[in-house]
Amino acid sequence: MNETAGLAHAPRLASNAGPKMSARDVHVFYGTTEALKGVSLDITTDEVIAFIGPSGCGKSTFLRCFNRMNDTVASARVTGTITLEGEDVYAPTMDVVQLRARVGMVFQKPNPFPKSIYENIAYGPRIHGLARSRSELDGIVENALQRAGLWTEVRDRLDEPGTALSGGQQQRLCIARAIAVDPEVILMDEPCSALDPIATAKVEELIDELRGRYAIVIVTHNMQQAARISQKTAFFHLGDLVEFGDTRQIFTNPRETRTKDYITGRYG
Amino acid sequence: MPSEPPTPHTVKSFDEEIDELRTLVSQMGGLAEVQIASAIDALIRRDGELGLKVAEADAELDRLEGEAEAMAVSIIARRAPMADDLRELVAALKISAIIERIGDYAKNIGKRASSMAASAPVQPVAIIPEMGRLVASMLKDALDAYVERDARLAIDVMMRDTQVDDLYNSLFRSLLTYMMENPHHITSSAHLLFIAKNLERIGDHATNIAEMVHFQVTGQHLVERPKADQTPLYTDPAPKP
Repeated sequence: MNETAGLAHAPRLASNAGPKMSARDVHVFYGTTEALKGVSLDITTDEVIAFIGPSGCGKSTFLRCFNRMNDTVASARVTGTITLEGEDVYAPTMDVVQLRARVGMVFQKPNPFPKSIYENIAYGPRIHGLARSRSELDGIVENALQRAGLWTEVRDRLDEPGTALSGGQQQRLCIARAIAVDPEVILMDEPCSALDPIATAKVEELIDELRGRYAIVIVTHNMQQAARISQKTAFFHLGDLVEFGDTRQIFTNPRETRTKDYITGRYG
Repeated sequence: MPSEPPTPHTVKSFDEEIDELRTLVSQMGGLAEVQIASAIDALIRRDGELGLKVAEADAELDRLEGEAEAMAVSIIARRAPMADDLRELVAALKISAIIERIGDYAKNIGKRASSMAASAPVQPVAIIPEMGRLVASMLKDALDAYVERDARLAIDVMMRDTQVDDLYNSLFRSLLTYMMENPHHITSSAHLLFIAKNLERIGDHATNIAEMVHFQVTGQHLVERPKADQTPLYTDPAPKP
């Protein structure tokens, strides 16, 4: 059905051995409030990890630690260690722009640049110097759109503004934009909560196809979605990582009562 | 030891629907217990009419099973249950199907009791009430375990199935001898053999209910229980020289 499937599952050159990213005893404070209370977790390339938990549980805060998006919040302070391929992402020598290219992010609300569809994708590769010629850039744009399953829908309208697309297409455009700089990790913060069920299904299908090529972490409030698309699930509550395990086990036989109460709708 | 009742759901109607389904399944179980007792009663008292009544009453169990299935499917479709809720629904579906099957065995016993009432009594029938009491108590405890969410009682039920198998083995042997002694007994003895087999199967099904209860409560499947029904291995006695 999808011409990108083969590509998406093609193994990367980098070895899959060991975690892609590791978090160890990560605490996050907003001012004096401790939003995350010492969380450790590994992210690997072969699995999609879902973060679930009630609002304010720290899951988005934790997600944003992986590419230092919390740096943009003045009062936020992060302690503990997060590494990308063994490299400390909070080291003073870390180039944050480079980090965010390697660890891309997709947000809740599709946020295409107010530019053409083409430029939305081409912008990143251009500033990161990934293309030496226009034709090479064209190739990157087409490739990213294909992998995001959007190419056939937009190939004849690349000059139209990205904002003219439907919500679901805009979100896939944002995923294509993240893919264009060839990241290693893609963080998704409730990527489907503004989409209708059909657009949601397309994004879920896309996530499934991207699995194995990129490490993917998704924050979702939709439990069914976590159950459908992830292989591992982490349940957060009040800043703690309560339970982390195989998605199948979490949703059929969770070990922790708090996890069970949350996923069965008994929370609070 | 019954487990704590689960914390209520935020959406109360979900709890109400689950309670309604559990009530329906328990009601089916109660009806099946009565059916087994009446069928054996019909056999022992040689009451052909009662036997036929039991057979007729089975339709109610079939109807309730359809109702339970429709209710469970509707809850699954609308609530997308997870974890223990999901296990609860799967268990209700399976247990109601098992009870329906138990009802079929009781119905068959009723019919055979009615036929046997018309012929001369057979002596090995004396072992049937004990078998009946055993499987009825297994069924009752399996259903109590279901109602109370009691995994330990469920295990206890599973352990008792070998007693039923032992009784069945012994009845099987005595019936063979009985038939060999007097060929006139063969028709009634064959009926009795099927009745005993039906009771043995009810014991197996009560065990299956207990297994489902254990899974529902703990999320764990138990490993295969021992099987003590030896009769499939029996052969003809060696011909006399």
